[in-house]
Amino acid sequence: MTAVGDVRRRRIDELAARAGQVPEGEGGVSLTTSAFRRLRRNPVAILGAVIVLVFLVVAAFAPWLAPRDPLAQTLLSEVRPGFIPGPQEGFPLGADQLGRDLLSRLVYGSRQSLLIGVVSTVLGAVVGMALGVLAGAFGGWVDTVVMRAVDILLSIPSLLMAISISVLLGQNQYALMIAIAVTQVPVFARLLRGSMLAQRGNDYVLAARALGVRKGRIVFGHVLPNSLSPVIVQATLSLATAIIEAAALSFLGLGDPDVARPEWGAMLSTAQSFLSVRPALAVWPALCIIVVALGFTLLGESLREALDPKFRR
Amino acid sequence: MPEPAPDRGKGDPHAVLRFIVRRLLQLVPILLGLSVLLFAWLRALPGGPAQAALGERATPEAIARYNELFGLDQPIWVQYLRFLGRAVQLDFGTSSRTGRTVTTEFLERMPGTVELTLFAMVFAVGVGIPLGYLAARKHGNWLDSTAVVGSLLGVAIPVFFLAYLLRLLFAVELGWLPGSGRQEVRIDATHITNFYVLDGLLTREWDAAWDALLHLVLPGLALGTIPLAIIVRITRASVLDVVNEDYVRTANAKGLSADTVRRRHVIRNALLPVSTTIGLQTGLLLSGAVLTESVFAFGGIGSAIYDAIFTRDFAVLQGFILMLAVIYVLVNLLVDISYGLLDPRVRVR
Repeated sequence: MTAVGDVRRRRIDELAARAGQVPEGEGGVSLTTSAFRRLRRNPVAILGAVIVLVFLVVAAFAPWLAPRDPLAQTLLSEVRPGFIPGPQEGFPLGADQLGRDLLSRLVYGSRQSLLIGVVSTVLGAVVGMALGVLAGAFGGWVDTVVMRAVDILLSIPSLLMAISISVLLGQNQYALMIAIAVTQVPVFARLLRGSMLAQRGNDYVLAARALGVRKGRIVFGHVLPNSLSPVIVQATLSLATAIIEAAALSFLGLGDPDVARPEWGAMLSTAQSFLSVRPALAVWPALCIIVVALGFTLLGESLREALDPKFRR
Repeated sequence: MPEPAPDRGKGDPHAVLRFIVRRLLQLVPILLGLSVLLFAWLRALPGGPAQAALGERATPEAIARYNELFGLDQPIWVQYLRFLGRAVQLDFGTSSRTGRTVTTEFLERMPGTVELTLFAMVFAVGVGIPLGYLAARKHGNWLDSTAVVGSLLGVAIPVFFLAYLLRLLFAVELGWLPGSGRQEVRIDATHITNFYVLDGLLTREWDAAWDALLHLVLPGLALGTIPLAIIVRITRASVLDVVNEDYVRTANAKGLSADTVRRRHVIRNALLPVSTTIGLQTGLLLSGAVLTESVFAFGGIGSAIYDAIFTRDFAVLQGFILMLAVIYVLVNLLVDISYGLLDPRVRVR
């Protein structure tokens, strides 16, 4: 059963296996309720959640929060070689190399960056989960074929894979999302399959089978819902990686070339050329990426702890 | 202890060998799958493999000639077998940018990336393990919190941004360290192996070796940050895990000195998961220094991929990605095997 890339996969499998365990002394309370209870008591989780929430609000209300039009080159006349206008009246963070308000671009950028993160993660998770259910529910040769394919995908370093897909699909925002999603697919597939296998031996499955419940119902009504917690953890962590990866692809010239959609990754890569003129142009989008990635990571790690019986306090 | 340890794989003297052979055999389907993927990828590219090999400005006649020459008018499975045959002989065509064979380019650039990876990993391991260990021992105090926050930040920061910051600060502003390339152009060094530091040592051109080493510092630090963050985190978690194990309590209870317990029982066992992380990260760095290398125009594999993306040099992209994936898989295999050797429990499973 084991093959190459074993360690990377063992880590996925460990996460999956824990989904099968029910914390002692917490019978009667659903896993979700008890996990949420533990989550609420964890300051790290609160911090992560607040960060994520703030950025979501900013993204949702960007048109009302942004002081200016992110595309208007208001200060263009003041931009000279070697000089980009800094913070001033009406431009709290200054302008970019084309005289556009930096703050407004950051605010609007949150929309595109979060969108890329969410869409690519959801896409990767859905496709990966479909493959995982296929392998986990059918077993036998379906399982072998699907998991072999997943292993092959896992054997390609994710940035190289994203680059290959991007080159293939061309440069637009959908290609970017798909490229990132593809790197997530094998992780989710393996995770859900492992998680479902861990559930299979539980008493409730046996009970359902003994009662004569159809297989499809057992899988979708019982096993699947109980196998989801590691997937949720992984998805939260993947949001962070997806946003960072989007920035990396932008940097490699494989991002979304549409200037009408400000995006942190693209802003950051463009700003590298003006780093010695005005470092703030790079620092702000970088800071946004770091903070939002940190938010998702904190939330994901505390979710992992909350859902993991081993860490139960 | 007079009694030998009970049956540690002693029943079968070839257990280790068989374990290794089994893992090697499992490589075959993975490598075949990889080749199918890349074959399909090249076929799916706009313009197809002919354009990929000849560049975007190739004339239709040249493309037709190429198609005939490489049998692209043949059935698809014949094409695949031919592709496989060439791939096995490491023939990936020529770079449309430099006109040299992809394999030559790869071999010439790999040593630089290997040097950089080694430097980054020495940094990450040398700082990461002690830091992670200290953080665990001082569990809950400021050092611990700093290590935890730092390791989270290290993963959240886009690596090319960090690289730019390091370069701006230490190369451009302060001028302490070189910020691009692998060696000062003025230095007229002899290159035997293309490992510049090693070359300098072999030819006794000490300043050439020193200069090459200095060129590794900034990209190495940038590249080492992510593995550093991960190693700190894994070491810390692993030490915390091990400290609570029964065998540590036993060791303490039977009166071993705290130092012995630490050295013989805690550290050794705690380093097991760390060792695999180190292996995995090394594999990743070897294959993925694209971002860091391009910031520092380092001239290794990563820079080559960066250039290939911008010039749409598909032959190079395809060949490099296949060879890198193979290296990645092989490094993973090595990690796997060494894990099996270090931890007998894995082997028997």
